[in-house]
Amino acid sequence: MRRHFICLILLLTVGNVSGARIGDLGETDIVAQAVRFFTFQDPAVRYALIGSMLLGISCGLLGSFIVVRKMALVGDALSHAVLPGVALGFLWNMTKDPVAILVGATLAGLLGAAVVTLIKQTTRLKEDAALGLVLASFFAVGICLVTIIQRLPTGNKSGIDKFLFGQAAALGADDVRLMAIVTAGAIAAIWIFYKEFLMTSFDAAFARVAGFPAQLIHYALMLLLAFAVVIALQAVGVVLVSAMLITPAAAAYLLTDRMSRMLWLAALFGMIAGAAGAFFSFLGPKLPTGPFMVLSATSVFALAFLFGPRHGVVVRWWRQHSRARRIQRENTLKSIYHVLEARDFQGEGVSLRELGERRRETIEEVKRQSLDLRGHGLVSLHEEGNVMFLTPTGWQLACSIVRNHRLWELYLTNAAQIAADHVHEDAEKIEHVLGEETVRQLEKRLAGITKDPHGKPIPTLADIRQGVGYTERPAETTGYGKR
Amino acid sequence: MNLIPPFEFHRVIVQPWTENLGSYGWIVLMGFLVATACGLVGNYLILRRMALVGDAISHSVLPGLAIGFLVANTRSSWVMFVGALAAGIVTTLLIELIHKKSRVKQDAAIGITFSSLFAIGVILISLFASKVDLDQDCVLYGEIGTIPLMGPTPIVRMACVTALTIILIVLFYKELLVSSFDAGLAYSLGINATVVHYSLMCLLSVVVVSAFESVGAILVIAMLILPGATSSLLSERLPRILMLSVLHAALSSMLGMHLAVWLDCSIAGAMVVMGAVLFGLAWIFSPQQGLLRRAFRWRTNHCQTAPDVVSSQQEIG
Repeated sequence: MRRHFICLILLLTVGNVSGARIGDLGETDIVAQAVRFFTFQDPAVRYALIGSMLLGISCGLLGSFIVVRKMALVGDALSHAVLPGVALGFLWNMTKDPVAILVGATLAGLLGAAVVTLIKQTTRLKEDAALGLVLASFFAVGICLVTIIQRLPTGNKSGIDKFLFGQAAALGADDVRLMAIVTAGAIAAIWIFYKEFLMTSFDAAFARVAGFPAQLIHYALMLLLAFAVVIALQAVGVVLVSAMLITPAAAAYLLTDRMSRMLWLAALFGMIAGAAGAFFSFLGPKLPTGPFMVLSATSVFALAFLFGPRHGVVVRWWRQHSRARRIQRENTLKSIYHVLEARDFQGEGVSLRELGERRRETIEEVKRQSLDLRGHGLVSLHEEGNVMFLTPTGWQLACSIVRNHRLWELYLTNAAQIAADHVHEDAEKIEHVLGEETVRQLEKRLAGITKDPHGKPIPTLADIRQGVGYTERPAETTGYGKR
Repeated sequence: MNLIPPFEFHRVIVQPWTENLGSYGWIVLMGFLVATACGLVGNYLILRRMALVGDAISHSVLPGLAIGFLVANTRSSWVMFVGALAAGIVTTLLIELIHKKSRVKQDAAIGITFSSLFAIGVILISLFASKVDLDQDCVLYGEIGTIPLMGPTPIVRMACVTALTIILIVLFYKELLVSSFDAGLAYSLGINATVVHYSLMCLLSVVVVSAFESVGAILVIAMLILPGATSSLLSERLPRILMLSVLHAALSSMLGMHLAVWLDCSIAGAMVVMGAVLFGLAWIFSPQQGLLRRAFRWRTNHCQTAPDVVSSQQEIG
């Protein structure tokens, strides 16, 4: 939630600031740039957009596997470890040759992953320390190489610094072609070896027993991951590419339980984040692409986190809240039934005072509950809201709750041999959740018994259907007469 | 093209300690102070398996710093500390919020949190480039090279932070030790592990933010982890590990300076590279658990009878 606000505030400030800095970037510029972006006339825009979407797809797909394998930070380490490879690939022939950089970076990434494994196997250091160590050491080597390159006469204009924070606008036709090839390769590999990836991700032991080469598949995944990181570098930057692996996949993970659906969603979210990042960074002259892509992905994640239909925080809170309200209503109905029962179903409705005495609550609280019940059509209010009459639905609900309660108490004493004075608490909880099926089974087991362990009559099915006590006035016309 | 300059002994080894002592001395001192403070705190991160929380905090102090600059409009250290502390605490809380309130695991929660905060920081810096006295390069690899030009203030400040770290570790040695190794025992001794945890996080934020200027957001992770990782390969006793990590800090900052002078590259980067080299040496040559020692032991064991092979493999595995 907080994060979402931050994003919102940030987006608002972006607008304000750009407006305020006259001469640097005016309001009209943003509109003009936006128009330029959406007309897709400019080839640079097309390349940036297509490239960003492609990298979103490949990162989302491969990120899904590392998220479910709980290796999210391996992606982080890998993405920092490619930097020396990028620099060496650049030094190969002093240009931004995509293929040389791809090869160098992939090798460096794999070397980093291998060193992490080796440190874990041969020292006492745990995975987190090994990851952090490799990440920062490789990155430092990369930084040294980058500063050496920048010192060279040709290096300064080389644009190697674009690899650090990313600049989608710097993508060219060659880059986009390479990205398309790698993305297609990743999709094909996942398509063909889906079963293998799936099995090693969720149950490595079973996969080994079933004869899958788990180690080989692990390294194949690392290789694909390195490819995805490398093609994403130029647009997102070394520092933030791990977020493009983790965040869209984590958002998809919140929305579904099926791996295939998660892959689709992660690819979609990655694509959206990529496109949004390319758009926002295009609005200003010096805005880096990576951070905007990451924030777009984070916004998607925040939405899934808050409003996901099954695991969303808000949705879950609302579900809990409405369950609590329902239980409250049912308890009030039960109390009304108790009041009626206490006077043997004589008398005209239940007054708020009686209910308040029964529930040991103030008139205000009882009043609020009565209004809530009326809102749900369970009671009708008379005499300025001071007297409640159960409606047919209200009566049925009250009866069945009391019936659930007493049947369960009976079941605990008769079938589970629990003392009669210990069963009330348990029945208080379970009466609200007993399903139709369970109640039928209880009835079958307890057939012929009409009173609960405390000697009170259990409302029968006929009572529920026809009504025994007072319901709506006038009783004769609705058929809910006195017993 | 002259990629690697020739190794001139006088220029690389002698000059920094004689004619150029005025600048390189300060740089080495600064590097040593940063690496000492980070390394000491980092030891506890490694013990508590929280190395990557250090990673997260080192990234996410950036928006705290940027907002601090924007609010106060100065590079005043107090505002910086407050902003960074707040950012550090927000990071810890957000990580916990995400992984407790949803089914996202902690590693992914760390990744999402720090990358988002870092992205916010980078955007703020690039939007307010004229107002914020920080640039993207500084974020990545720090400005330790400009220390001699900035007068004594940054060094004094860093020295204070390092001294504070040492004092806190000496004062609360028992609490940190017990809660790092055995949370249950700590609880039974009446040590509040949560308070220790959050205090350590606060100290970490302070150290990271004061190191930030010199070594940037990412190299700081190396400063946190490398000294502790290296010395934990060499000893098993915490006091000795702490001493060794100070030694590692001193060696890596000195050697790193020489490397940077030789190759004419980023000084902070070179210091970390030398720290990593020291780690590599310890990894290979450590008397107790080094790779060579292992290989040797494995060979001697293999020449013996079968049951010994089994036990040695268990030992290695």
